[in-house]
Amino acid sequence: MILWFTILQIAIAVLAGVLAVAVGLAKKPPSDLTLGGAALVGVLLIAQVVVAIVAPLSGNPPTGNPYEFWAYLISAVILPPVAILWALLERSNWSTVVVGVACLAIAIMLWRMYVIWTIQSA
Amino acid sequence: MTSRTSAPPVRRRRISGVGLVLVAVYGILALAATGRSTVQILTDFSEAPLAYTLSAVAAVVYILATVALVARGVLWYRIAWITIAFELLFVLTVGTLSVVDAALFPRDTVWSYYGLGYLLVPLVLPVLGMLWLSRHRPGAEKVES
Repeated sequence: MILWFTILQIAIAVLAGVLAVAVGLAKKPPSDLTLGGAALVGVLLIAQVVVAIVAPLSGNPPTGNPYEFWAYLISAVILPPVAILWALLERSNWSTVVVGVACLAIAIMLWRMYVIWTIQSA
Repeated sequence: MTSRTSAPPVRRRRISGVGLVLVAVYGILALAATGRSTVQILTDFSEAPLAYTLSAVAAVVYILATVALVARGVLWYRIAWITIAFELLFVLTVGTLSVVDAALFPRDTVWSYYGLGYLLVPLVLPVLGMLWLSRHRPGAEKVES
């Protein structure tokens, strides 16, 4: 993983997450803004998949368990489309909160991925 | 726009409103726990069989709880109670054991240190789940906005 790209991703995921949770709690149904944020998080995750494939080939392999890393990454990639689809099918303010929660979960997963990639306790 | 207050639509599912968020969080935890335990068991099960078995149990509990929260009927309502109570019991037991006797769990589980690795969500979630369940008994369904 690349540090600056990971930080950027986590920052955007947290931002999109907090925004959607706040907008949702203000009783607004999913909008282009909140869903766009989740979509951006999703696109960046796909870029992260590319990074995770290319980085080991250019001398930046994961120090931790690569399977665990990929389990997190694949789970994270699935989340934005599912959350967006959910929000499109059920246009309630709580769906906006759900989209935000998904983005925040992705931020946590990205942090876990970076820990697995770089720091190994065992 | 149609008025929302005059004629609320009849909900076919048991879950609605803030319950949706609860289901979403359970779903995400189920996904994360399943991925993690599958990898742990497939790659190095012998290193920490107890911890990894618990991770798998956690994954199953979260999947069951997610399904039970969405599904309708008295039976699923009971299953939701059982899985969520089980979850609270385990997060407290495993959490305490991992603090008292770290050697018992050489590798972390979802529930180690009361779920600190998951921002204590595993500790808070069953309490919220029980609150939600006690307010939404089957048969006494209310429509939420």
